[in-house]
Amino acid sequence: MKYWMAAALLSLTGFFVALYLYLWKLGLVGTLACGTGACEAVQLSPYSRFLGIEVPLIGAVGYLTLFLASLIGLRRPEDRRWAALLLGLSSGALLFTLYLQYLEFFVIGAVCRWCLVSAALVVLIFVASLLAWRRRSVPARVP
Amino acid sequence: MAAPHDRGLSGFYLAIGTVALAGAGLLGYLVLRRPPASIPANVVVTAADTAGFRGYVLGADSAPLEVTEYADYQCPACQQFALVQMPSIEERLIRTGRVRWRYRDFPLDQIHRHARLAAHAAACAADQGRYWEMHRRIYLGQPEWSAERDATGRFRSYARELGLDPAAYDACMRAATHAGRIEASKREGERLGVPSTPTFLIGGRLYSGTGTVTYDILKGMLDSLARVGAR
Repeated sequence: MKYWMAAALLSLTGFFVALYLYLWKLGLVGTLACGTGACEAVQLSPYSRFLGIEVPLIGAVGYLTLFLASLIGLRRPEDRRWAALLLGLSSGALLFTLYLQYLEFFVIGAVCRWCLVSAALVVLIFVASLLAWRRRSVPARVP
Repeated sequence: MAAPHDRGLSGFYLAIGTVALAGAGLLGYLVLRRPPASIPANVVVTAADTAGFRGYVLGADSAPLEVTEYADYQCPACQQFALVQMPSIEERLIRTGRVRWRYRDFPLDQIHRHARLAAHAAACAADQGRYWEMHRRIYLGQPEWSAERDATGRFRSYARELGLDPAAYDACMRAATHAGRIEASKREGERLGVPSTPTFLIGGRLYSGTGTVTYDILKGMLDSLARVGAR
């Protein structure tokens, strides 16, 4: 159960990080607290949209979905489908994050700290969902 | 007495509530707090903004070579040029009557949030005949004000430091008197195809980057002009 809890807490944190970046893109939160200024370069690059949708908005919706899946899975620990769903969602998030990190390091040439925070959260959520899924997959030992 | 399972769940829900409250509270604060001062870019450029104004000029009208610089006060390369190359150019070429310098604002608003405000602060100093002093002071202080959320106070302190009339300066900033002039300069640069800052227009050609215009390069151009003139 602790893995579900960890996934839920991490997803909720990620939701606020993504929401912050999205609000910045909407011009609602003034300047971006970044330190290096590279966040602005990344957020204003042509790669800040994916299929015409703002990447931070995709992130916020994705994190919210992960959060809700974790909460439901936590309340239905015996239902393996939720563990599989959470693992599937977090795997998709991990692949998307790897793509975004590749763009930052090798295409845009600027690294946004908030994106690194988000990437770390996604990796942790993936690990938590993998452990939750493995726990459900292990059959109970018969004494 | 609560079971360990229930205690674990209640602790979890407490943690969720704390993260939700902290996140929502922080974002709410950021959205609702007072927005920083800014100079509008979406102004109507009137004839008064362009008629008779073609940048801030330094040097004699009779100088054989004119350089027009398109720059952004918040751009580090422009600062480097202003503080490293420009003193030598000013001392040896402008003051000696060989080069006329024209400075035009080219604020890159998307990446430099205070660039237009800085340009406007300098424009308000120009109203009191202290443009170049303010220009240098703003570039010198770039690392300080660039990092600030609202640079208005910092520019006002520079104005005071230079002995400007604070009431006139404040009124000029509040009314965004020169917003149209700044936007006109930016549009002129865009029309010419200025790709980055600083960019220099010399004899109809654009030179971009700090190293493209130095004392030695300008001296070489002047020597070429002199040779052509002597033929």
